Amino acid sequence: MAKKFDINEIEVWDGNYATSQALRQAQVDVVAAYPITPSTPIVEGYGSYVANGYVDGEFVMVESEHAAMSACVGAAASGGRVATATSSQGFALMTEVLYQASGMRQPIVLTVVNRALASPLNVRGDHADMYLGRDAGWINLDAFNAQEAYDLTLCAFRIGEHLDVRLPVMMHQDGFTTSHKAQKVNPLQDEVAYKFVGDYVPVDEMLDFSRAVTHGAQTEEDWHFEHKAKQHKALMDSRTVIDAVFADFKALTGREYKRVETYLLEDAEVAIVALGSSVETALLAAEELRKEEGIKAGVIAPRVFRPFPYDLIRDVIDSSPLKALAVMDKSSPGGAMGALFNEISAAAYTTQNRPLITNFIYGLGGRDFSVEEAKRIFKEQKAHADAGHITTPIQQFSGLRGPKLGFFETKRS
Amino acid sequence: MSQNIPGTAKKGIHELGAETKVGWDEVTQGVVLEPFAEPVKDVAHIRPEERNYTDFSSYTATVASWRVLKPVYNSDICIDCQNCWVWCPDTSIISRDKQMLGIDYDHCKGCGVCVEVCPTNPKSLLMFDTNENLDVALSQWPEKKKKEK
Repeated sequence: MAKKFDINEIEVWDGNYATSQALRQAQVDVVAAYPITPSTPIVEGYGSYVANGYVDGEFVMVESEHAAMSACVGAAASGGRVATATSSQGFALMTEVLYQASGMRQPIVLTVVNRALASPLNVRGDHADMYLGRDAGWINLDAFNAQEAYDLTLCAFRIGEHLDVRLPVMMHQDGFTTSHKAQKVNPLQDEVAYKFVGDYVPVDEMLDFSRAVTHGAQTEEDWHFEHKAKQHKALMDSRTVIDAVFADFKALTGREYKRVETYLLEDAEVAIVALGSSVETALLAAEELRKEEGIKAGVIAPRVFRPFPYDLIRDVIDSSPLKALAVMDKSSPGGAMGALFNEISAAAYTTQNRPLITNFIYGLGGRDFSVEEAKRIFKEQKAHADAGHITTPIQQFSGLRGPKLGFFETKRS
Repeated sequence: MSQNIPGTAKKGIHELGAETKVGWDEVTQGVVLEPFAEPVKDVAHIRPEERNYTDFSSYTATVASWRVLKPVYNSDICIDCQNCWVWCPDTSIISRDKQMLGIDYDHCKGCGVCVEVCPTNPKSLLMFDTNENLDVALSQWPEKKKKEK
């Protein structure tokens, strides 16, 4: 029996520490990890809880992130509650096994501390790793601050392990901005948190010796398609489970989460759509701009990046007077529009409202996204709205030195 | 001549699940398969042909569809040295009590290692087109080679 950890009603925790406490409170059976900046303290924390008797689990030291996720898949197939953490290059090395985990329907929780991908080598936060894994078949939750990192890590186990879902879950937070910034956090007591997460219910576990099972079978053109379709449906259908888990969490803590978070949107004419800690920056800018210039600015923030909340994005757009949206992508798009821009545009295309939508590539490699810059972007959206068409290139770069860089002009006015 | 392959009635007649191709809504979650029809104890001490495999096991399923050449076994020459049994990477040489019985054509990929390691003169295993009739293949067996001085 694990020892109870002494926790105050209000703690000052950074995102990493909050996440490691959530892993401990969920009594994760196995963490196999290869530490990497800036996610290291998550698995380091879990390791110290094991060593000091605060969790009944195993910390498995492995030789790479590929091995880390492989060991997680093995432990999950054996029938345990499993989690790990990674960032950036480590995430990239894990990628092959991420697809194995989701295809094998193992509800592993991967806490990702978002960091840029080399080259150039960079330890700071952007969303290159999040975007790399977006088609891997995992549920993707996004925390904007330390409190949310704690809350959503607990929710991640409930969602992924639900018998109607049985899919792995990534819980993202911004490198350094969230992971290393000490903030006020309201944690749950150990027994309350564990009761919320619940006992792990194994499915087709290899340690059940009375019933032999084969995991990781090969299929070819005759079976692969059906299995991937079933997996995709489970991911799409997980939306109802996510909503239900968020509702339970609100009933327990009073803290409300939605698959799409909206701020000041009821009367908003312009909005910024963003992920991660930039959401709070944009919100601050919207509040100030409303006071200073009377611009009706709001913020839309997908809390769940996969399954992408097309349904709710459409509802949000059609239930507000939005005329122009700036969609912020914190990842180098590699010859395309940003991924979030593409998703939002796809959702908006079938709305009645059909606002003007532009794309900003910003914050790469941890470049700061300031309140002033968010205000400038809001004002630019206001100019589009007033003109009735997009007055700039559709894709622009925010916070970039040198001559202005942009791509694609609108043909629609 | 012993080309009889020991096995259950099911063995080798199934592509993996090909006899009942169900839709996406009926496939197992996470491609988890049950190889045995009933709980099995001490499986290592039961011969494969005596195990109660389901259709969804790697024993009952054939995985040899991409073979181009197949080894043909000639029992008149074989000395039961077990070299081929030791070297076969797909456990497709069937041997019981140190007696070579034949080749498991449902799992043999046609790599030819068994032919390479066969020490007899002429060889007791030779590669033929995978569609070649076994009697025709055996009728074409070469004579013993004379030692070159």
